[in-house]
Amino acid sequence: METIVQCRGIQKKYMQGKVEVRALDNVDLDIAKGEFVALAGPSGSGKTTLLNLIGGLDTVDAGKVIVDGENYAELNGAALAELRLHRIGFVFQAYNLIPVLSARENVEYVMLLQGVGTAERRERSRMILDEVGLENKYDRRPSELSGGQQQRVAVARAIVSNPSIVLADEPTANLDSKTGEGLLKIMREMNEKKKATFIFSTHDKMVMDCARRLVMIQDGRIAR
Amino acid sequence: MDITIAWRNIWRNPRRTAVILIAVVIGIWSMVFMGALMRGVEVGMIDNGISTLTGDLQVHSRNYRNDPIVENSIREPELVHAALSKVLPPGAHSAFRVRLNAVAGNARHSAGVTLVGIDASAEKAVSFIGDAVTDGEYLSESDANGILVGQELLETFDTRLGRKIILMAQDADGEIASKAFRIKGIFQAEMKATEKQFVFVSGSAARKMLKMGNQVSEVCVALPGHRNSEAVVADLRRELGTGGEFEVNTWRELLPVLNAYLEMSNSFIFIWYVVMFVAMGFGLTNTTLMAVFERMREFGLLKALGMRPARIIRQVLIESSIILMIGMVIGNLLGILSVLLLSNTGIDLSDLAAGVEYAGMSRMIYPVLLESDILVSNLVVFVLGALVSLYPASKAARFTPIQAMAQT
Repeated sequence: METIVQCRGIQKKYMQGKVEVRALDNVDLDIAKGEFVALAGPSGSGKTTLLNLIGGLDTVDAGKVIVDGENYAELNGAALAELRLHRIGFVFQAYNLIPVLSARENVEYVMLLQGVGTAERRERSRMILDEVGLENKYDRRPSELSGGQQQRVAVARAIVSNPSIVLADEPTANLDSKTGEGLLKIMREMNEKKKATFIFSTHDKMVMDCARRLVMIQDGRIAR
Repeated sequence: MDITIAWRNIWRNPRRTAVILIAVVIGIWSMVFMGALMRGVEVGMIDNGISTLTGDLQVHSRNYRNDPIVENSIREPELVHAALSKVLPPGAHSAFRVRLNAVAGNARHSAGVTLVGIDASAEKAVSFIGDAVTDGEYLSESDANGILVGQELLETFDTRLGRKIILMAQDADGEIASKAFRIKGIFQAEMKATEKQFVFVSGSAARKMLKMGNQVSEVCVALPGHRNSEAVVADLRRELGTGGEFEVNTWRELLPVLNAYLEMSNSFIFIWYVVMFVAMGFGLTNTTLMAVFERMREFGLLKALGMRPARIIRQVLIESSIILMIGMVIGNLLGILSVLLLSNTGIDLSDLAAGVEYAGMSRMIYPVLLESDILVSNLVVFVLGALVSLYPASKAARFTPIQAMAQT
């Protein structure tokens, strides 16, 4: 199967005050197109760091990250932003919706940045919100939606422009188990329908069980 | 959609937006209103200068302005008359005067004055004196003994209407001539100094006393709307011949101090605009910076989604521009309204008369609104406002998505 994410010898260090923390230590990872992968591990194990590096939100200290055929080391800031805009979708733990925009506008905004026309934006945003079960909630602002509904808007925003990869950082962490299960189901459906690769970090047993492939990370290394 | 987002962002924190708006409104209002007051002072000073005998232009004999004595009078006023009739535009007025230094005195007092011999009817159209007599009567054409004195001189001389005043001056023969005049009218002027300095008699009486024949000291011209004095002066110089007997000057040349003030005035107004903006600009930068830091996570998210830094800068600038434009509209309306309210009543500075007079200002200030002043003040606020917003905007754009989203 075609590899969409290729990480080779990734190293990443952070300074925590005056103490150096080795977040990732010589990580090698391949993920195939269309996979539904969970990066699991305890807090501080390095899974969010790995996700950020795959998403091009952060840069490696050593090693290389190749996503959808693009070697990040060869891309400048603008090219990386362009890649994120068109080929990667993000779902964050804290939803991170724009509070002044409605559910539909939040979903539309990514397409606006991509230069999609108004009519098409409107049509596609409604369709995707319907698909994640938010019909009749188009005009609600984030503050008028529950946590689960907000995270579904975030998933809709991530998937609306048919990216190659969706990266989700602990997407169910702020949700109760039932809502979390519903969200995972939606993500699985999107994975199957849209053929997008889903990579998410978690330390939730239920989420790990739902994943088709589990990558365990401990102390900045792939455990298994 | 960018404008929709900007509009909604502006009202996320209405109190903060209201604070910036108030700062912009007060800034623009004060620029427009104070600018109009300063222009009003200028117009008052020009009107004062022109109507207090200066006119829009004057013709003299070549040496008169350096040494205003009888010998330096215009010997052939008919030449000037002929030239004026050729070049003056319709609606212009001219008056021929005798104007010489003299000593006025009565039984108890004496003082140096400027004796002005006027053609009573012609003078009404070119200077203040025609409308300035508040007690008694104005002079008639061939008044042989009547004299108009200012209220201030009257009080200094401790005299009254109908009493005599003796004038002494050097005549055309170089002898001291003197003549008694009877106070026929008392005038009041914008400035006390004018009331103290000038006394008016008929031109014929002055010429007879000083043995001047038909000579005059100066010719004063008032142009309609105080316009084109430079062009008329150029025509008149050409007509009278350059380098000859005559000297023709605009009011700007005749009142060099006022002219210098007016030339500096534009700079003063611009400095005032910049000072106002600096006070307002600090508030604007600080509040925009607060708003940006408050939304740093959001900017991080937008960068993570693929938004370019330039677009983040654009977003912040759109928000600042909207606030600036709302503030400018309200500030301009308030400024124009304040000017309109005072345009008829004016501001009375009589209580500060001595200081006002010292500065050469009118006692009443009527604000004057110039389109160019409104344009410049709004441009200053908008351009500098956008520039100071660039700092918070670039701050927002500089953070990496990870740094920005780590902000709490």
